[in-house]
Amino acid sequence: MYKIAVLGDRDSICGFACLGVETAVAYSENEIKEQFSRLINENYGIIYITEQCADILKDEISALEASVTPAVILIPGVKGNTGRGMENIGRAVEKAVGSLILD
Amino acid sequence: MAVMNVNPTRMELTNLKRRLVTARRGHKLLKDKRDELMRQFLELVRENKRLREKVEKAITEANRHFSMATASMSEESLAVSLMMPSQRMSIEVNEKNIMSVKTPVFVPEYKLADKGEIYSYGLAFTSGDLDEGVRSLSEIMPDMLRLAEVEKTCQLLSTEIEKTRRRVNALEYVMIPDYEDTIRFITMKLDENERSNTTRLMKIKDMMLQSSQGI
Repeated sequence: MYKIAVLGDRDSICGFACLGVETAVAYSENEIKEQFSRLINENYGIIYITEQCADILKDEISALEASVTPAVILIPGVKGNTGRGMENIGRAVEKAVGSLILD
Repeated sequence: MAVMNVNPTRMELTNLKRRLVTARRGHKLLKDKRDELMRQFLELVRENKRLREKVEKAITEANRHFSMATASMSEESLAVSLMMPSQRMSIEVNEKNIMSVKTPVFVPEYKLADKGEIYSYGLAFTSGDLDEGVRSLSEIMPDMLRLAEVEKTCQLLSTEIEKTRRRVNALEYVMIPDYEDTIRFITMKLDENERSNTTRLMKIKDMMLQSSQGI
């Protein structure tokens, strides 16, 4: 039994509360780091995280790439889509294939 | 040409030949594994891309509704509306095995049987945009779960593919040529010994014949 969490600023994630997933609101860099380390230590299966927060947590997220749970998934925040999520897919392809073959 | 540091003996030769056979078999197996992983990976990564495009679009749309809602409602009433969610969602994580890579499969579980039970507030004092936002988020949620599953699987597969490719290359370009070179070296050395032995025997035979004639 795993839980689902969403991490980001209030405006980006407030709607998710209605769906019954946990929301972790954080603004400053310290808050984000603190909340994230709390989430990965508890029993969370999926952590959705806004792209803005993910930029701060780059190292922490790449450290989790090899484990099965939690899955850290980037979503666009209220400030718009930075394309970071798509970039990550490209990175995985480059790692596996050796060059970027997706258009 | 890299000859390993071994004694050129017959025993070593048999050993090396046996190891070469194993290395070749391992190479073939790993190559098959790499190809199959790659096939699965490419399929998944396309799905990943498609899902991500869809999810990002839907979330952007939902965010737009929420911005409208925050604009037309006071912050307090919005916070109160979203404070007590009636639905609660969790997931069961099952493991799926893709070429001995463990990947997650997420199965959602809802506290309330009715999945539509998402509006935790009265409709009278809230903006319609809030309803719209919540509805579009709840519609995209199954896709978001699938996205999480696929994206995680892609990450795990790409790591495994990189590792396997490295092993295949090490076997193909280092181990197997080294074994072949060393085997050739030992064979040559043994043949050379054989020839020098023969010439020595011939020489001794000549010497013996000469000395017997001399008597």
